[in-house]
Amino acid sequence: MTTTPSVTKRRFRRGINKTSWATYALLAIFMVIFMFPVYYLIVGSFESPAQTLAGLSGAVPTSLTLQNYHSLSAVFFSQQITGSLRGFYSVSTLVSAIVVGGGLLVNSLAGYALARMKFRGRRFLLLLVVILVIIPFEAIAVPLYYMLSGLRNTLIVQAIPFVGSAFSIYLFYTFFLNLPPQLEEAAKIDGAGPWRTFAQIILPNAKPAFASVAILSFIQIWSSYLWPLMMTSNPNVYPLSIAIGNLVRQQSTPDYGQMFAFGVLLVVPMAIFFIVFQRWFIRSVASLAVKG
Amino acid sequence: MLIPGIGLIIAFMLVPFFYSIWLSMHVEIVGSTIPVRAVGWMFYKHLFNDPIFRSVFLQSLKNNATFALVVVPVQTGLAMFLAILVNRSGAFVKFCRTTFFLPVVFPMVLTSLIWKAILAPGPSGMLNAILHAVTFGHFKPQFWLENAHLALPSIIMLSIWQGTGFQMVIFLAGLQGIPSSHYEAALVDGAKKWQLFRDVTLPGLRNTTIFVVIVTTIFSLRVFDQIFLLTQGGPNNATSSVMYLAVNQAYVANNVGQGAAISVVLCFIILLMSLVQRQVLKERVD
Repeated sequence: MTTTPSVTKRRFRRGINKTSWATYALLAIFMVIFMFPVYYLIVGSFESPAQTLAGLSGAVPTSLTLQNYHSLSAVFFSQQITGSLRGFYSVSTLVSAIVVGGGLLVNSLAGYALARMKFRGRRFLLLLVVILVIIPFEAIAVPLYYMLSGLRNTLIVQAIPFVGSAFSIYLFYTFFLNLPPQLEEAAKIDGAGPWRTFAQIILPNAKPAFASVAILSFIQIWSSYLWPLMMTSNPNVYPLSIAIGNLVRQQSTPDYGQMFAFGVLLVVPMAIFFIVFQRWFIRSVASLAVKG
Repeated sequence: MLIPGIGLIIAFMLVPFFYSIWLSMHVEIVGSTIPVRAVGWMFYKHLFNDPIFRSVFLQSLKNNATFALVVVPVQTGLAMFLAILVNRSGAFVKFCRTTFFLPVVFPMVLTSLIWKAILAPGPSGMLNAILHAVTFGHFKPQFWLENAHLALPSIIMLSIWQGTGFQMVIFLAGLQGIPSSHYEAALVDGAKKWQLFRDVTLPGLRNTTIFVVIVTTIFSLRVFDQIFLLTQGGPNNATSSVMYLAVNQAYVANNVGQGAAISVVLCFIILLMSLVQRQVLKERVD
């Protein structure tokens, strides 16, 4: 009988963990399919536009050039009419900073209050949050556009609707709900109020939740397109997504070389951030699964 | 402590929701002195009675439904399959995991840009050239985004490329949550690989699957960016979506009430679908 566990374990390892050549082949095929567009973007950004769009040879890096990046910076370098690359970057960065920073603050507080405090209407507010999680931003974009049309072409209007987020509140709420209440009891005995308890006891223990919410809201705001599309018409307050989208929408003979170079510039900060913090990215997306 | 967060979501989510109901029942010409006029259900009636508008609206609903019916099963299945493939150790596997997830950090604007080039019409387009080469010249170049039969499938294809990694990671977390003792027990009973999948993996991923299906369905109903950027709903409304129609009415055609009415309908469809889906999926497994 004593041999049974080790035998099972060995069989288990063979059954689950052994990677056959077929698995590797499948992985390789999918890897090529998933990576090809990324590869094409990078190679194409260093090719002449004519070469990018010349069938298969567009994917073969033969004569590489920096021309696209030069012409891109010539078009978008500190010009009042087209806006500048630097301006697009600043707008995207500032808006993301407001949404991520402000969001962490207000949503974590709300999530904490919902999870730990007793007050009338708590169940009702919780229900409200759950319902608002389901309603996507797109469905309220039109009325919001009319509510805030007086603030068009400002930075703050690009950020403000996304600071408070039912989804983030819900994530924080479930996280705080699962924290052991003993943590706060000591603080309570010391006579600490809810604010001090939150700052000194809860915050240090909630780093994973903060990281998840920060990353998820960063992906969302950095990529957002519909809202800035409605709210901006002045190139000086365009975020990157709008500037690049305008190039994509140009119908007459699109200059793919220039577009690809712009695309690389858009995704590079994000990709570096992702590769460095990959474990956190994956963990934050994975944390969503707990909701079920 | 509650007030800032709850206040913001009430101001920027709940209030706009009710405001959209109000807007959808009034005629308001922005920037003019003509008084606001209550019109009741007129804009909703337009959606289903107005001969021209009705066909566009129904076509958009149909496109959303097609999108969901393809994307939800394909993307969920593919994500689960990839998650099982990358749920093992090794440098190459790790690298593959990264590549599958990478498109998730690509904004839809960028995804649209790359795929616009890949789907470029004629023999110089990348996808056409690849298919031509793979079939030894038997494949004729297509007009992917310009052909009414191919435009929606093309949009679906690039959406799946961008979205699968997200679901894959959720499934991966689900897989790692299945206790290995369950597998061991099944192996003691002499289960084959396929039986392991059916009897241990699938039931273990139950909650994860429910979550992924709901999220993907809602995502399918709100699709907008790639349509606006690549096809503007065309050709011949073949890729128009409900959300595209709403924005187009309110923003481009300056028909606020109509856009709001479509938004309200969309909201209720999404709420209803989430409720029904939750119920159906729960009952089936229980």
